[in-house]
Amino acid sequence: MTEPSGDVLLEITDLSLEFRTYRGPIKALNGVSLNVRAGEIVGIVGESGCGKSVTMMAATRLLPKGAAHITGGGIRLFGSDPMKLSERELQHVRGRQVSTIFQEPMNALNPTRRIGEQIVEVIRRHQRLDNAAATSKASGLLRDMLISEPERIMQAYPFELSGGMRQRVLIAMAFSCEPRLIIADEPTTALDVTVQALILGLIKHKATSTGTAVVFISHDMAVVSQLCDRLYVLYAGRVAEAGTTASVLAAPAHPYTRALIRCLPGLAPPKQPLEQIPGTLPDLLDPPAGCLFRARCREADDRCVSVPPLAAIEPARRAACWRRIEETQAA
Amino acid sequence: MSLISTILRRLVLLVFVVAGVAIITFTISHLIPGDPAQLIAGDKASAQTLAHVRQELGLDKPVTQQFVIYVKQLLSGDLGQSLRTRRPVAGDIALFLPATLELGIAALVMAIMIGVPLGVLSAIYKDGPVDQAARVVSVAGISMPVFWFGLALILLFYVKIPILPGSGRITLGIAAPPRITGFFLVDSLVAGDLKAFWSSLYHLILPAFVLAFANLGIITRQIRASMLDVLQEDYVRTARANGLSRSAVILRHALPNALIPSVTLLGLAFGDLLYGAVLTETIFAWPGMGSYVVSSIQTLDFPAIMGFTIVASLGYVLINLAVDLTYMVLDPQIRELG
Repeated sequence: MTEPSGDVLLEITDLSLEFRTYRGPIKALNGVSLNVRAGEIVGIVGESGCGKSVTMMAATRLLPKGAAHITGGGIRLFGSDPMKLSERELQHVRGRQVSTIFQEPMNALNPTRRIGEQIVEVIRRHQRLDNAAATSKASGLLRDMLISEPERIMQAYPFELSGGMRQRVLIAMAFSCEPRLIIADEPTTALDVTVQALILGLIKHKATSTGTAVVFISHDMAVVSQLCDRLYVLYAGRVAEAGTTASVLAAPAHPYTRALIRCLPGLAPPKQPLEQIPGTLPDLLDPPAGCLFRARCREADDRCVSVPPLAAIEPARRAACWRRIEETQAA
Repeated sequence: MSLISTILRRLVLLVFVVAGVAIITFTISHLIPGDPAQLIAGDKASAQTLAHVRQELGLDKPVTQQFVIYVKQLLSGDLGQSLRTRRPVAGDIALFLPATLELGIAALVMAIMIGVPLGVLSAIYKDGPVDQAARVVSVAGISMPVFWFGLALILLFYVKIPILPGSGRITLGIAAPPRITGFFLVDSLVAGDLKAFWSSLYHLILPAFVLAFANLGIITRQIRASMLDVLQEDYVRTARANGLSRSAVILRHALPNALIPSVTLLGLAFGDLLYGAVLTETIFAWPGMGSYVVSSIQTLDFPAIMGFTIVASLGYVLINLAVDLTYMVLDPQIRELG
């Protein structure tokens, strides 16, 4: 198994980031490394608070100014450092080259403006189209999202649409300027299960047909496994494991990944009770030394008091667990 | 609910409000101790003269009968005759009200034009120098009494640095424009009299600013608070994530939504301005409703007081209607769902 060979669109190296609060700095990211190549669908999985969204919002610099501070490592988005871009340069990257679909479709559209105006505004911001051309482009995009009467939807206000419909509008908006990369931040979490499959299908189909790379953020291993070529498992602001979806699911290397998979009906081994992971995420205000999963890990031993590096255990497969690293070295 | 049905429904309600106000003001003004006939006829009038005056004014009739007469007159649009000026109250109000409205509207426009941008800037640059300065201005505006601030400004800009007039609506010697609306600014423009227009404008600056200043602070704080709320909203993040310019994010996405909760406040502010006008008019010798009402109260001029109260409450109801209609324009959810 080799790494996909497209251009690297996003490369995050050893990124550490903290939120400064009155109680002290919260170390949200502790050396996250990941990359996304053109045309691939990459999943980022982990439980709430593990740093999935923060990583991607740091990459597009959407984190609230003043609160988040990068304390180490670097980001390269389309070959340049987003932290060094001016606000203006950044505006031409956002929406045009990378766009984001957020979790909450209910509030992600401006309640006082018509759907059509909002899509057309984004299109005309980045493309030289007149109003009529942009409007017809918007209606085509909505049709691609299997919306049968795009003209009627474009005249509507967000409150007149269901959550699933709004999310389709937001996906259409995200694809409207043919970006090279789309960040889908839990796009189906707030939706009915029945709508989830449709939305996932729409994203996957549109991305594959346009060759757009997607970073798919989710806490749901089952969803990620359906959609993604590769995945990163994040735990407490660190990458626990990375590899192709098939290889990770077939033989999860990190105890945390294994536990995540065993939690899920469908992915868990048949005829066994589903597991739950004991304990909670460590306090990131005052993280314990060593492997951050240690307190919840069944396999933890003396080695785990020092931080395991994210080491290659197979080609295109990395894990941050001393046990796996030793097994690899032994083999 | 459509715009028209809202308006109609409110106009029906208006009748009840006015009826209630008429009953209350009539009752209160007749419970106040004091004899208007005595005030008109003077201290030394004979009992006969007093009786004559009472009869002439209808004050000798039983109170209930006086009320019936008053309501009958009201229904025909007649607010009665002022005991003091001996002119119809409706005519007096028509004469003095435009001056007050002109002052109030000018003050409201000023308060909005300064308060809204200041509030927006304070929210965007939260805790920055602009925000701190705006906070000082707001607290000063809210806490400084109109009579003190008005006199201070007159002292500064009329006495020490004489660049602005300190009293009246127009320079002595310049003829007031022919009366059409009663608004000097409008009438002088209609008449093409630029000299009168500029003179009226200069006279308006100080009193309007004094009146605006108190509400300026409230408007600034409200806009700042609702902007801070709206800037946290997901749709503002969507707009930023889509690479919209800073000005588009703020002016097209954040501000219109931040204005919605402020509309009520603007309606209340306008009511406040008309009420605050009483003091301001006194300080700046502005010939408006304020001075008229004060004189009417001093002479127990019941018809004038009641007439003014009814017109004022009518104004309040209409302002509230305007507020609701503005909501419908700004917020599609209210417009389409009602």
